[in-house]
Amino acid sequence: MTLSAENVSWTAGGAPIVRDVTLALPEKGVLGLVGPNGSGKSSLLRLLAGLRRGTGGAVYVDGQPITRIRRAEIARRLAVVEQQATTEVALSAREVVALGRAPQRAAWSAWTERDEAAVASALERTGMMHRAAQQWSTLSGGERQRIQIARALAQEPRELLLDEPTNHLDIRHQLDLMRLLPRLGTRVVVALHDLNQAAAFCSEIAVMHEGRLIAQGAPAQVLNASLIGEVFAVDASVTCGPTGTRISFF
Amino acid sequence: MIAGTLSARGSRPVLGLGGFLLIGTAALLAAVTCGIMFGEIAVTPHEVANTLANRLLGFDLPVDPIREGIIWHYRLSRAAVAVCAGASLAICGVVLQALLRNPLAEPYLLGISAGASTGAVTVIVLSLGAGALTVSAGAFAGAALAFAFVAILAFGSGGGTDRIILAGIAGSQLFNAATSFIVTSSATAEQTRGIMFWLLGSLGGVRWPDAGLAFPVVLLALAYCLYRARALDAFAFGEDAAASLGVDVTRVRIELFALTAMLTATVVSIIGAVGFVGLVIPHAMRFLVGPSHGRLILASALAGGVFMALADVLSRLVLPGQVLPVGVITALFGAPVFGVILWRSRGAK
Ligand SMILES: Nc1ncnc2c1ncn2[C@@H]1O[C@H](COP(=O)(O)OP(=O)(O)O)[C@@H](O)[C@H]1O
Ligand SMILES: [Mg+2]
Repeated sequence: MTLSAENVSWTAGGAPIVRDVTLALPEKGVLGLVGPNGSGKSSLLRLLAGLRRGTGGAVYVDGQPITRIRRAEIARRLAVVEQQATTEVALSAREVVALGRAPQRAAWSAWTERDEAAVASALERTGMMHRAAQQWSTLSGGERQRIQIARALAQEPRELLLDEPTNHLDIRHQLDLMRLLPRLGTRVVVALHDLNQAAAFCSEIAVMHEGRLIAQGAPAQVLNASLIGEVFAVDASVTCGPTGTRISFF
Repeated sequence: MIAGTLSARGSRPVLGLGGFLLIGTAALLAAVTCGIMFGEIAVTPHEVANTLANRLLGFDLPVDPIREGIIWHYRLSRAAVAVCAGASLAICGVVLQALLRNPLAEPYLLGISAGASTGAVTVIVLSLGAGALTVSAGAFAGAALAFAFVAILAFGSGGGTDRIILAGIAGSQLFNAATSFIVTSSATAEQTRGIMFWLLGSLGGVRWPDAGLAFPVVLLALAYCLYRARALDAFAFGEDAAASLGVDVTRVRIELFALTAMLTATVVSIIGAVGFVGLVIPHAMRFLVGPSHGRLILASALAGGVFMALADVLSRLVLPGQVLPVGVITALFGAPVFGVILWRSRGAK
């Protein structure tokens, strides 16, 4: 019971967006949050991160309501990578990653060896060391995404929430990232729309449909043809073999 | 902390922090010296040195008492206020640009200065009480009102960083009109002349008590903004990103907006609404020291002080025998820079 949601709802602009979601992060491993566009994945992630206040229910961090915890304390253990990040500030890639150290540093404290090591390790693990000196504004979409992930890693979080992080990445970097996630040693929640990727790399899957969480469990249990048909409105066949779960669409 | 940030972030600012502080302080001293020496009555560096030694260190060196009076009571207090005002406006610019994520944000363009003017003029014309403190209080109330007006208009109309400038224009117009209305309908002819000159930005009537107000205010504001420098850095990717980096967004916003309103109000109540300093200085300093707010705030405060002190000197020298409002000088330099920024931000899209 580290990060959990109990009956969380969120209404925006008069419409219910997230409805009565109860979800607990697995003790370890990667939780894949899947669902069609507009099913409320991003909204749920923001609620889990405490960036939005639910209109009902509550999010708990170690049993404490997240709304009662100071932002700085949350940021020391929970990092978020949003679907897109834009800035007008002329920062280098490395400066963006260094922002991730902000929660760990006291107001007047100096930059330490530990900060330096965290930034270097984050750049290393996302394969962005060679771009560290480059201006953020000149990076490609995929490189920006990886720098944001590096920034989140520099926070040294215990929980990492990622919103469709593979979106702008080419196939090699998608696979690199998905393989990296289980090895981080942090609990990860990742919103994905590629069901095969979710099946291949997530230890657990939660399915969102019209703002509700309609299933949570191991990929082989959750991802069956009838559920995929209902949620995504496509015909699919699921084969479970020695190489894992494969989903084909018709 | 700032030195640490400097090396750690790995970017290469044109100057190191030590070098910058050294040059900045030297420039500040030079600007203040110019402010003391130049004017209708020129005084020599020797007279300046003797006056300062007498006044500050308790010496008893020979100086003509009238000239000593000019140096100490008029010129030095005036230069000190110019430095404080320039520093205040530049700090406001840095803070507002970071919080609103808009390169054009500054107190003048956002209508905060106009609101402060309205508040100050109301207090003066309606004689709600004499003295610098009541005028400042009026200016602060006006600044806060203008800020609330602009914020409600901007976020009520759908938010977004572009809206805030449009709302600021509406606010400026409204509060400037209110000021004109109050002056035209209620002020005596003599009051009107004084107020109109002051509205354009004037350091003419400035004395030591004004410096006594401006100096502690800018010093406290500077310290607080440096304390919040990391939070301002975290706003680079917006408020959600700042929150996820541990910034208590609502609290930091309220505190810093209140602080900019207070700084602007203090400046306006002393020298009137002076534009462009808050816009031009932060952008120039970003080129020199980079975007990290620890450095940027310090650099902008120093440069703003130097810029305003020099603008004041120019305002006394451009037309022989006449003093231009200092706002005219800052606008003459500021408006072209403003145009360049507009042009560049258009090109970036
Ligand atoms: N602030 C908001 N106001 C109104 N509607 C919103 C807001 N945020 C999200 N929505 C709507 O909520 C639905 C879910 O959005 P989102 O959580 O981004 O879905 P997903 O990430 O699964 O694609 C969408 O239909 C979206 O239009
Ligand atoms: Mg989404």
